[in-house]
Amino acid sequence: MTDHSSDIDSVSGKSTTGHEWDGIKELNTPLPRWWVITFYLTIVWAIGYWIVYPAWPLISSNTAGVFGYSSRADVAVELANLEKIRGDKMVALGAASLADIEKDPALLALARAKGKTVFGDNCAPCHGSGAAGAKGYPNLNDDDWLWGGSLDQIMQTIQFGARSGHAKTHEGQMLAFGKDGVLKPDEIVTVANYVRSLSGLSTRSGYDAAKGEKIFAENCAACHGDAGKGNQELGAPNLTDKIWLYGSDEASLIETISQGRAGVMPAWEGRLDPATIKAMAVYVHSLGGGK
Amino acid sequence: MNKAVNPNELKPADDSAPLYAARRKVYPQSVSGTFRRIKWTLMAICLGVYYFLPFVRWNRGLGAPSQAVLIDLPNSRFYFFFIELWPQEVYYFTGLLIVAAVALFLMNSVGGRIWCGYLCPQTVWTDLFYAVERLVEGDRRERMKKDKSSDPLKLERISEIVLKHSIWLMIAWWTGGAWVLYFNDAPTLVKELVTFQAPMIAYIWIGILTATTYLLAGFMREQVCTYMCPWPRIQAALTDEWALNVTYRYDRGEKRTSVKKAAELRALGQQVGDCVDCYQCVAVCPTGIDIRNGPQLECIQCGLCIDACDNVMAKIGRPKRLIGYDNDINIHRRQEGKAPIYRIVRARTIVYSAIIAAVGGIMIYTLATRSLLDVNVLHDRNPVAVRLSDGSIRNAYTVRLLNKSGYDRAIAIDVEGPVNPRMHVIGVDSVTPDRPIIVIPRDSTSELRLLVTAPADNNPEKSIPVRFHVMDIGLGVAASATDNFVAP
Repeated sequence: MTDHSSDIDSVSGKSTTGHEWDGIKELNTPLPRWWVITFYLTIVWAIGYWIVYPAWPLISSNTAGVFGYSSRADVAVELANLEKIRGDKMVALGAASLADIEKDPALLALARAKGKTVFGDNCAPCHGSGAAGAKGYPNLNDDDWLWGGSLDQIMQTIQFGARSGHAKTHEGQMLAFGKDGVLKPDEIVTVANYVRSLSGLSTRSGYDAAKGEKIFAENCAACHGDAGKGNQELGAPNLTDKIWLYGSDEASLIETISQGRAGVMPAWEGRLDPATIKAMAVYVHSLGGGK
Repeated sequence: MNKAVNPNELKPADDSAPLYAARRKVYPQSVSGTFRRIKWTLMAICLGVYYFLPFVRWNRGLGAPSQAVLIDLPNSRFYFFFIELWPQEVYYFTGLLIVAAVALFLMNSVGGRIWCGYLCPQTVWTDLFYAVERLVEGDRRERMKKDKSSDPLKLERISEIVLKHSIWLMIAWWTGGAWVLYFNDAPTLVKELVTFQAPMIAYIWIGILTATTYLLAGFMREQVCTYMCPWPRIQAALTDEWALNVTYRYDRGEKRTSVKKAAELRALGQQVGDCVDCYQCVAVCPTGIDIRNGPQLECIQCGLCIDACDNVMAKIGRPKRLIGYDNDINIHRRQEGKAPIYRIVRARTIVYSAIIAAVGGIMIYTLATRSLLDVNVLHDRNPVAVRLSDGSIRNAYTVRLLNKSGYDRAIAIDVEGPVNPRMHVIGVDSVTPDRPIIVIPRDSTSELRLLVTAPADNNPEKSIPVRFHVMDIGLGVAASATDNFVAP
């Protein structure tokens, strides 16, 4: 410590730095040596960092560092490790039958976790992240299924899609009765009201129920059935229940009958591996609506 | 009054001053007496508990760990004798930390830095390292002489230094070794460590703790207390005028002079102190301070200066405890010829004790009455409700069942709230369709997807409170959780 013989604080007996503010002097209290050494060591350590790790930005890249470390490569390694850890379990998932997966709590948990992730990546844009669907995109939580709600049927729909162009795809569509001139506008209004009456919805005053029934029997019953209960072979929806893919109001029904409907579900075979498709089927089935 | 300062009169900083101050090495002298005995005893107990606790066994039944105190990180369990804690019960540690903090305050308001002087690991290990140093290199004077000596190192001196550091490192290694035993089955890990088959992480942790122990107890010592520890600052702010601290009783000590001179002056009826300026209190101090300067941040209040001074007082035939646990109030009272008063029971000690009792009581009560069966329910967020084709409403819930007991449980689930509810657990075909029964293995959780369906006509409200009852059908133990049943 330097001797500030002229600057000794009378109270503490310590030397001062010579700085003074409004009569208050600053005591000279040096840092402990180990502290200063540690401080210098951190600087040395930081220089070491610059050398061994990526650090300095260049115009279009950065210094790579002598360790060749890359956080991106780290992620790749971690992902590969994850696949390795999951490998056996995914093999087990691929080997088990759909029904057995739902019976085995461990496989069910795996399938649901895997299914949920893959659903979020691939299906959510249309069906919504919670699979609640939207107009034209079915809600997968309910018990109403266009192409069947058993595990096998769900898996088939995911694999091959609907009107997807795949060789094994589900086919069948709602024809455009108005656009193609099959039904006249007043006939469309009448049959729309008849369809509403099937599920107990109100009908327009003065509508001719007998005429509606006749038009339905001649044009619609082939696919939707005599009683309007639908046909899962053709993807023809049940018209007597409370669930409407395109809306149940008269205007929506008239639009559906006039213009037809042919929503597309893509085929996922070839885009996702079989075990993943299985996991997806189990996940969708376990949402609650599965038969 | 502020005085305007002409900037030109300000003196420039003295650039020749060094940036740092070197440590003044402390050479505590050995001492014997009451407080030294207390310190040896507490050191033996603290180290004994730390080193041997992992080896204490506790029978929890087949398949469960048999170690009395175990932090099982891979399985997220903490075992303490008959207590087993799950991660969601870490709030018990919060309670423990509150009790520990307030106990520290209580110690402080009764007897000053009792923790620092007797119980703190930094004190215990530093004391142990000093004992080794003294054993190998000799007492204060010898060590000072050896350090000052400029003679070339002789074999004897080199072997002393090597021996000291070897013993230090062995203690440090054992310290680190005991640490990792709290995280694994101790006898198994010891066997693995000795045969070099233990996981690398165990060796790494032993290495880290060996280094910190060696460094902190061998070299940093009192600097840890002076520079690193926040407690001296907090303690100074928390203490009050009634707290007993290691105090030089200047009412008895001043003025200081030699034994002979003091006797002469006393014979003449003059006021002289008992302090004979022998500097024994300074010689034994592990932080190298002079207690006679009054309370200081550096003083850890280990009481060794009391022992040193008592020994001197006994020799010169003056009353003991010229240095003792005392406070300024009593010093002033004695100066005024009044009897000292000690007030251990006062507002703050009562409040601190009450807080400890309350928090401790709550912890013990909740621990004793906590259920070994628990259920948490999380309502599906997207979609919150589903309309089925017959018009009825269905809500889906994620139900987590926790079985904290050491045996499997068969659990029945009941729902209460909506009218005419039906239940289904995904993946479970229960023999009782509307009352699903699930088996949860011992010491584990089960996550289920539970669907509740109810007719819309009977449940017209937008949202109905719903309560899930889960019951161990064998033992009758029950738990419940609430949520809502929502219409689309």
